[in-house]
Amino acid sequence: MKFIKRLLLTGIKKSPWLLHFDCGSCNGCDIETLAVLTPVYDAERFGVINVGNPKHADIFLVTGTVNRKNQEILNNLYLQIPEPKVILAVGTCALSGGIFAEAPNVIGGVDKIIPVDIYIPGCPPKPEAILEGVLKSVELLEDKVKNGKI
Amino acid sequence: MPKTIIPFGPQHPVLPEPLHFSLTVEDEIVQEAIPGFGYVHRGLEKLCEIKDIHKMIQVVERVCGICSKIHALCYCEGIEQMMGVEVPPRAKYLRTIWSELHRMHSHLLWLGLFADSFGFESLFYHFWRIREKILDINEKTAGNRIIVSVNILGGVKRDLSTEDQKWILAELKEIENKLEEVKDTLFKDYTISKRTKGKGILSAEEALYLGAVGPVLRASGVAQDCRQLQYAAFSELDFEPVIAQEGDSFARMQVRYFELFQSIDLIRQALSKIPEGPISVKVKGYPEGENVFRVEQPRGEVFYYFKANGSKFLDRLRIRTPTFANVPALAKMLTGIELADVPVVILSIDPCISCTER
Repeated sequence: MKFIKRLLLTGIKKSPWLLHFDCGSCNGCDIETLAVLTPVYDAERFGVINVGNPKHADIFLVTGTVNRKNQEILNNLYLQIPEPKVILAVGTCALSGGIFAEAPNVIGGVDKIIPVDIYIPGCPPKPEAILEGVLKSVELLEDKVKNGKI
Repeated sequence: MPKTIIPFGPQHPVLPEPLHFSLTVEDEIVQEAIPGFGYVHRGLEKLCEIKDIHKMIQVVERVCGICSKIHALCYCEGIEQMMGVEVPPRAKYLRTIWSELHRMHSHLLWLGLFADSFGFESLFYHFWRIREKILDINEKTAGNRIIVSVNILGGVKRDLSTEDQKWILAELKEIENKLEEVKDTLFKDYTISKRTKGKGILSAEEALYLGAVGPVLRASGVAQDCRQLQYAAFSELDFEPVIAQEGDSFARMQVRYFELFQSIDLIRQALSKIPEGPISVKVKGYPEGENVFRVEQPRGEVFYYFKANGSKFLDRLRIRTPTFANVPALAKMLTGIELADVPVVILSIDPCISCTER
C-alpha cells in the first residue's frame, strides 16, 4: 500500500491530468482555459495534459453556470473521476452564477451540485490565474494522497 | 449490419462546448443526425426585464465570449436606430476596428481548433500563438483579453491614441507575415486535404434553402455578407465578400483563412480614414417601438429583435445567432459521411453553442 501511495504521489506531482467541462459558460473562460494549454502559457511544462476521458483525470476544471439540464452531466462526470480528485471552478459564473444568476434557467454556481476545492474569480480570469489555480490543485492533490484519501 | 445509435457529446474531447448529437450509424456511415440542445441555456433574453437598457450591454456581451464585441455592437446600433441617436463618426470607426479584431481572433481560434479536430496539434498551437497577438491588442486598447467591453449607447468608452494606432499597424504586419508562413501547410499538406476535401458538402441551393449564413454560405459560392448592409463604418470601407465554390470543409477553411487578410485590410483602411472628434454622445430617454438589426459575426449573420415600451426596460429581446441558423445545414452535411469525419464536419461550421442556446 505504501508503495502504491508513493507511486501515485510521483505520478500526480509530475503529471496531473485535467478534464475540462463547459457547464453553461459563455465560452470566455473555456477559450482562456485552452489558451493556458497553448505555447504562450504552456501548462504542459508542468505536466498538465487536457484529457477527454473522466476516468483518466485528476483535476476537474468546470466553467460556467449550472442549469437544469446539465447538472446531471456535471454530477455524472464528477462521480466518474477516481479519487483523489480536485475540483476547480473557473470564472465568476462557476462561482455564483455571475451576471446570469437571475436568469430563469440558472441554478447557480457549481458548488450547488458538487463540492469545489478551488475558486478562480474573473470574467474571464486571466490565463495566469487559471495556471496558478491548476498548480495549487496539484499541491492539494498531494495532500489528499498523503492523508490517505484514496 | 443493423442500425446503431451513437451518442456524440455532450462532453466530447473535440468540442470545448457541450453539444449533443444522436447519430444513427449503419456500417460506419451516418444515416441520421439529431441534435440535442439545452446544456448551455441560461435564458438571458429574459434578463432584459430586470436589467435596464444600459446594463443589458454587459449581458449581451456574454451571449458568447468569442464574439462579445460584435453582439454589443448589434445591440447598441439597434437601440440607437430606434432612438434616433446619431453616433459620432470616430466612434463608428473605432467600433469597426474592434469588431474586425474580434473577427480575426475568432477565425484564428477556429483554425486552431479545426487543425486539432483532425489531429494536427502543432498547427493548432501555431494559430493560437498568432492569436495571442490580437489578444494583446485587445488587452492594451480595451482592457480585457476576451470580453471586450467598449460599446455604450451613443458611442464607445475608449479611444485609440496615435501611438496605439501605430502599434496596431506594426502588429498587424507581423500577424500577416506569420499567416503567410502557414499558408503552404494549410493548402498543400496531404493530411489536411485528405481529411477535409469533399467532407460535408453543401451545394449553393441547399445552403440557401436551409438558411445557412456566414462562411458556410460563402464557402458554397454565395457572395452574401451582412457587412454589406453598411452598419458602423463599413459604408466608407472597401471590401468584397470572400467566397469559395466547393462547399466542403476545405472550402470553409479557405474562406475563413482569407477573411483574416480581409479583416487586416479593413482595419488598415479604417485606421487611415479615422476622423478626429468626440467618441460618444449622451443618450437621453428610452426607446419605444420595435426594431430589427443585423450584423455580420465571425460565424455569420446575427439578428436582434427589440420591442420597447418607453420605459428603461425592454419588453422583449430576441437574438438569433449564426450557429442556430447553420444547424439545419449541419444536420444535412452529417448524413452520409463516415463516423470518423463527424468531428471535422461539426467543427467546420464553427459551432458556438453558447450563442445558439443563449
